[in-house]
Amino acid sequence: MDELVIAGKAYSSRLLIGTGKYKDFDETRRAVEESGAQIVTVAIRRTNIGQTAGEPSLLDAVPPSKYAYLPNTAGCYSADDAIRTLRLARELLDGHDLVKLEVLGDPKTLYPNVVETIKAAEILVKEGFKVMVYTSDDPIIAKQLENIGCVAVMPLASLIGSGMGILNPWNLQIIIDNAKVPVIVDAGVGTASDAAIVMELGCDGVLMNTAIAGAGNPVLMASAMKKAVQAGREAFLAGRMPKKLYSASPSSPTAGMIGK
Amino acid sequence: MVECIPSLTNSNFKSMQLTVNGAPHSFEQKPNLFQLLEMLNLTGKRLAVERNGEIVPRSQFSETLLADGDQLEIVVAVGGG
Repeated sequence: MDELVIAGKAYSSRLLIGTGKYKDFDETRRAVEESGAQIVTVAIRRTNIGQTAGEPSLLDAVPPSKYAYLPNTAGCYSADDAIRTLRLARELLDGHDLVKLEVLGDPKTLYPNVVETIKAAEILVKEGFKVMVYTSDDPIIAKQLENIGCVAVMPLASLIGSGMGILNPWNLQIIIDNAKVPVIVDAGVGTASDAAIVMELGCDGVLMNTAIAGAGNPVLMASAMKKAVQAGREAFLAGRMPKKLYSASPSSPTAGMIGK
Repeated sequence: MVECIPSLTNSNFKSMQLTVNGAPHSFEQKPNLFQLLEMLNLTGKRLAVERNGEIVPRSQFSETLLADGDQLEIVVAVGGG
């Protein structure tokens, strides 16, 4: 069976999805179900003081007993904040140590700060976290993060929330060729064909949020993404035909034509 | 904003100031962490607490005595990418 193995654990789905930006928890639940994702990212935030008890919570809609939670550090701009956030996440999720590290460098573009990311990764790996790390599409940085001990490298295809698709497939290709841990494209996918292309390049998986939550019909897009990731993966495994400007070889036999 | 949360009274005790999730809170009594969460209606919720930059394991909430000036971060899991 073709499985995605992260830190020794096998997953049948290669689509990882975020749980943010949905209309309500019911839509979140339906989109997650339809996507077939087994790993979902969650954010760690201050609780509202004075909140009424019994208010609906993400944990009811997307129960951690059914899905692998991937707490992330989205919104952190320093190694220190990211480390504190993930220590809290580990306590919150009863010692769960598979995490997504993301340290941003700029609130306008949400481009990652790779210097702070490397600093945080070094400390988190030492503390026993299994770090899936969001990074730029710089192949050298990706390799460095792998060497530090990150369990998956997650380069952007384009900027977070931009839906611009794959802007530099060549860099992604180099990262894939060099990596010994799973490469999961995180950020930039806009629609199903983008997800298929990412998988055809040989990525091990795709992580997305806005492409689904920001679609006109998020639940239907979740279904489309599931199929696109599967189709792209199968195409990669099958191996595409070579590209040629002309084909001297028609699909139908040249012999046996009538009237000759 | 300073919220004054009335609680178990203690006549010799000056009010205690805590910063909870970035906001100042004043207490008339010195609660332990578990009592604080009760006062804030947060018991029974799945949450994690950091006190002055250090994680407080859930099993130690009742024995964690808070001190004047403590900085607390109380977090939950929410939807995110």
